[in-house]
Amino acid sequence: MIKLSPKLSQKFSYALLCFAAILAIAPVLLIVFMIIKNGASAISWEFLSSMPKDGMRGGGILPAILGTLSIVLCAITVTLPVGVCAAIYLNEYAKDNMLTRIIKLAIVNLAGVPSVVYGLFGFGIFVMFLKLGVSIIAGALTLSIMELPVIITTARSALNSVPYSFREASLSLGVSRWQTIRHVVLPSAIPGILTGAILSIARISGETAPILFTAAAFYVPHLPYSIFDQVMALPYHLYIISTQIPNMPKNVIYGTAFVLLMMVLTMSCVAIFARVYFRKRRKW
Amino acid sequence: MRKTLDFIVEKIIFICGIASIIFVVLIFSFLFKEGLSFFKDFGVLNFIGGRFWYPSSDPASFGILPLIVGSVFVTIGACAIAVPIGIMTALFISEIVPKGIRDILKSLVELMAAIPSVVVGFVGMITLVSLVKNIFNLPTGLTAFSGSIMLAFMAVPTIVTISEDAIRSVPWQYKQGALALGATKWQTIRRIVLKAAMPGIIAAVMLGIGRVIGETMAVMMITGNAAHIPHSIFEPVRTMTAAIAAEMGETVRGGMHYKSLFAIGLVLFLITFLINFIADLFLGKSKNT
Repeated sequence: MIKLSPKLSQKFSYALLCFAAILAIAPVLLIVFMIIKNGASAISWEFLSSMPKDGMRGGGILPAILGTLSIVLCAITVTLPVGVCAAIYLNEYAKDNMLTRIIKLAIVNLAGVPSVVYGLFGFGIFVMFLKLGVSIIAGALTLSIMELPVIITTARSALNSVPYSFREASLSLGVSRWQTIRHVVLPSAIPGILTGAILSIARISGETAPILFTAAAFYVPHLPYSIFDQVMALPYHLYIISTQIPNMPKNVIYGTAFVLLMMVLTMSCVAIFARVYFRKRRKW
Repeated sequence: MRKTLDFIVEKIIFICGIASIIFVVLIFSFLFKEGLSFFKDFGVLNFIGGRFWYPSSDPASFGILPLIVGSVFVTIGACAIAVPIGIMTALFISEIVPKGIRDILKSLVELMAAIPSVVVGFVGMITLVSLVKNIFNLPTGLTAFSGSIMLAFMAVPTIVTISEDAIRSVPWQYKQGALALGATKWQTIRRIVLKAAMPGIIAAVMLGIGRVIGETMAVMMITGNAAHIPHSIFEPVRTMTAAIAAEMGETVRGGMHYKSLFAIGLVLFLITFLINFIADLFLGKSKNT
């Protein structure tokens, strides 16, 4: 093998790394571009605000949009308080002992469980064992367990970035530990916690596998009106119309993908901007 | 009054604190309960080593070897693509580009992680599948190979983000030392930075593998879903995750097929548990250096 001079080998390697980075980023641009180019034209008021017709081939996707929103809102209502409390425990109360290590291991493990296994579990416990049936609430609870590790991790780093001196000042005035957390630590950590919550909402809006057997229905002829209803959901709808229905008009599929992608990307961008904004405004 | 309130609140916080443990135990015991009654009837060895997955024929056969091989093929393929691209991208972002561009590149990589897997699957079905079919002249483009490519792109963000963290936490003295001895910047990156960041990079790769094994929707849409043992990566396969997602709807509650899917879930749970545990060990190691 020819030995390159160090300078030349550096140039060559840099070019290679640059090429790898392009390969890593090209697909995301390609996917977003493709969906926007083909999907934007399918969007109309009617598409967003009416029921599907002709076996999904016409009409709109309103029930799927509302279904996803209701599942996601239910899920975040459950998971946010539990996750934040867990983060408070880990960051403010937990000592460095065996229990804390096990909790941390459990969180890591929970984050790695495949989404379809959450679906199985949710079906087993919420749909069958607790007899909630295939419903918004069963799907939301399944998603909320799945999202718990993300909420805990982001909330914990938000709490952790509040300077220790804040707590000392409050404690030295004779304020109790919980009162200090409630009135001093939490308010300072709220922006970080909310950013994490928005990111979580974005992520679970696009999840299909966990709601496959716990909440989603192929077709529901009415809009969701109770949390014990089966619902249509955007990601599941996209899966169904792109794989199960023959002769599906392409523009309807693209339109559905467009709505889902925009929902997820808008929330992700809001979260990213919020993170930058609050980091700049932080006074400590 | 205030004391009792504090006491109650702190108890609630403690319960939320241990909620993660409760959920992990719950998930495991649910899968284990259904799986165990399946193993009693069918046998663990027949399940793990069986070469035929015919859950609905008579007599039914529940050998998950085809599904395991399917998952392994897709995972190895995806890693072969994602690991080099991911590590090189992480090096590029953290060591070479200026700070302004770095943040843009990082956000773009994170954006990929935000795209729902059904959307990835749909785009893959439309573009990649026919491309693979035509280039390799195959009867169908729905193959393990197409699945590997798509999953590789989904694993790249995980690998990039975590290795980038590891690379950036390499102490600057190491680099300064190498540069002062006359090494070029690339020599420093390759021989010093890469080595010092290695535990973190290994953790990143493990977590990427975990992501690929657990991925369901995109894989189900792209790999063709044929539950037989493939001879090459250019054949359709069915992964463990896809089997659960595709077959759960058609099972009889409480039947053998139903329980066998929980047994697959148990296998998946144990695999990802192991992967995450190892990754966590390496992450702990990288924080200590």
